Amino acid sequence: MTNVIEVTNLRKTYGATVAVEDISLTVQKGEIFGIVGPNGAGKTTTVETIMGLRRPDSGTVRVLGLDPQTQAEELRQRLGIQLQEASLPDYLKVWEALDLFASFYHQTVPWEPLLAQWGLGDKRNTRFKNLSGGQKQRLFIALALLNDPEVVFLDELTTGLDPQARRATWEMVRAIRDQGKTVILVTHFMDEAEELADRVAIIDQGRLAALDTPQALIQGLQTGSTVRFTSVNGFDAAVLEEVAGVTAVHQKNGSLQAPQITVQGSGPLLSRVAVKLAEYNIAPLDLRVELADLEEVFLALTGHKIRA
Amino acid sequence: MQALTKMTWVELKLKLREPVGTFFTLVFPLLLLFLFGSIYGNEPTAFLGGRGNVDNSVPGYIAMIIGTTGMIGLPIALSVYREQGILRRFRAAPITPGLVLGSQVAVNLIVSLVGMAFLILVGVFVYDLVLPAAPFSTFLAVIMSGFSFLSVGFVLASLLPTATSAQAVGMALFFPMMFLSGAGLPQQILPEKLVAFSQYLPLTYVVNLLQGLWYGDGWNWTAVLVLAGMTVAATAVSVRYFRWE
Ligand SMILES: Nc1ncnc2c1ncn2[C@@H]1O[C@H](COP(=O)(O)OP(=O)(O)OP(=O)(O)O)[C@@H](O)[C@H]1O
Ligand SMILES: [Mg+2]
Repeated sequence: MTNVIEVTNLRKTYGATVAVEDISLTVQKGEIFGIVGPNGAGKTTTVETIMGLRRPDSGTVRVLGLDPQTQAEELRQRLGIQLQEASLPDYLKVWEALDLFASFYHQTVPWEPLLAQWGLGDKRNTRFKNLSGGQKQRLFIALALLNDPEVVFLDELTTGLDPQARRATWEMVRAIRDQGKTVILVTHFMDEAEELADRVAIIDQGRLAALDTPQALIQGLQTGSTVRFTSVNGFDAAVLEEVAGVTAVHQKNGSLQAPQITVQGSGPLLSRVAVKLAEYNIAPLDLRVELADLEEVFLALTGHKIRA
Repeated sequence: MQALTKMTWVELKLKLREPVGTFFTLVFPLLLLFLFGSIYGNEPTAFLGGRGNVDNSVPGYIAMIIGTTGMIGLPIALSVYREQGILRRFRAAPITPGLVLGSQVAVNLIVSLVGMAFLILVGVFVYDLVLPAAPFSTFLAVIMSGFSFLSVGFVLASLLPTATSAQAVGMALFFPMMFLSGAGLPQQILPEKLVAFSQYLPLTYVVNLLQGLWYGDGWNWTAVLVLAGMTVAATAVSVRYFRWE
């Protein structure tokens, strides 16, 4: 069995709000599966229904071959779950949390190494309320890994973390995958999904807008490419319009800065632009291709930006 | 079972780390004992049917501990757990509601029993309190009454949306009962109308049950029936309406 998760025609409403509409997807063993979308898109609803914490209105969900509604306990023995919104008692100490949760599972890994691995080795006697946001986050990850789970759900893992901590967390997510676990990574950061995910499901307004590898999604854009460089005063960038494949040239003049040129087009744009510039004896140090990213994929698919 | 023991132990430690929460269980009854003990002592008086004030009050104070734990302590604790998302996190692990509820029952009973033990010890050493005529039956009655009021606490926690509303409703239920049922004040000082009205307050039955066993009058079967009925009904309601979030 390579499909760890199978979801078909999932629908979930809260009163008049349709949170998830007709989502179908499969997650394969050993992959990092990204779920991205803007706030309120239905990401958390989708994954929490997959975990069995919410009951779908219709559609079927199978995780590790089990029904999350009727076989919840058996299933959760094998899942690692980090929820977007959760908490622990204020006065509970870090080690007590791990010790307590370990008693819920048939099988666990020793929690001391887990604490050390997630940088909480010196916090074992700290009360939950005295942990920083990032430390709480890491405690929840440690709790999610306590039962040596086959499937790990991480919902908004890096929200509230500083950039350095985010990068470090990304490394740790890869480490989880490298242990052979399947990871479901929910995020509204496109760069995070692009960086980590083997495949990405883009959800918008409760619907699945696209599902593929980040590379395929970006290549599928077919917007051509963009070349940028810093020009010199007195150079008329309009001459670049003669270059084969170029569709548009923009020049931005700042009062203090040298002009910034943007060339859009298709084909081997970078080398052609470079050749043309050489004719005018211009060799910009920062001549570069701007790659499309998932943010643009999202914009192209949905017609709006992921963040307002 | 191992999880239940561990959870109960952890909850017990948490209660001790946040002692304000146990004020009404552990400290307040002692304050009443000292207050009225120092005013009225424990000499037998005809007004109290030939009993001393302390002897007359302690079974009521024990009922008060049962009432405050069930109607205020438990619903607030559970609502806070739900409001803060703590229950959500527990539920993501392979546990049943029974584990959370069972550990709450256990820890609240334990703390209540500790409060009662303080009360009895101080009563005996300072005021020469008479001990229950039927100690084992009294203990059974305490446990039974504890279950019935904890099940009411689960109903409050299940039906009320927030910790603030649970606290408000819990107090609105508890304080009239404390004053009218004979738990906090002897019913002998109340006008007859209020005493008659107290028959509609469940805590009155705990007071009646405990006083009967304490003074050697045996089991009050009406009280047993009322409390058992309340336990069954409240458990059914909370099983039906319990929410994790
Ligand atoms: N328990 C709930 N009750 C009512 N409505 C809800 C509930 N949970 C979510 N919703 C609504 O369902 C929609 C989807 O919410 P969901 O939390 O799944 O989005 P999300 O993609 O995870 O968003 P975010 O990035 O903000 O976490 C939103 O409109 C939200 O308001
Ligand atoms: Mg979410």
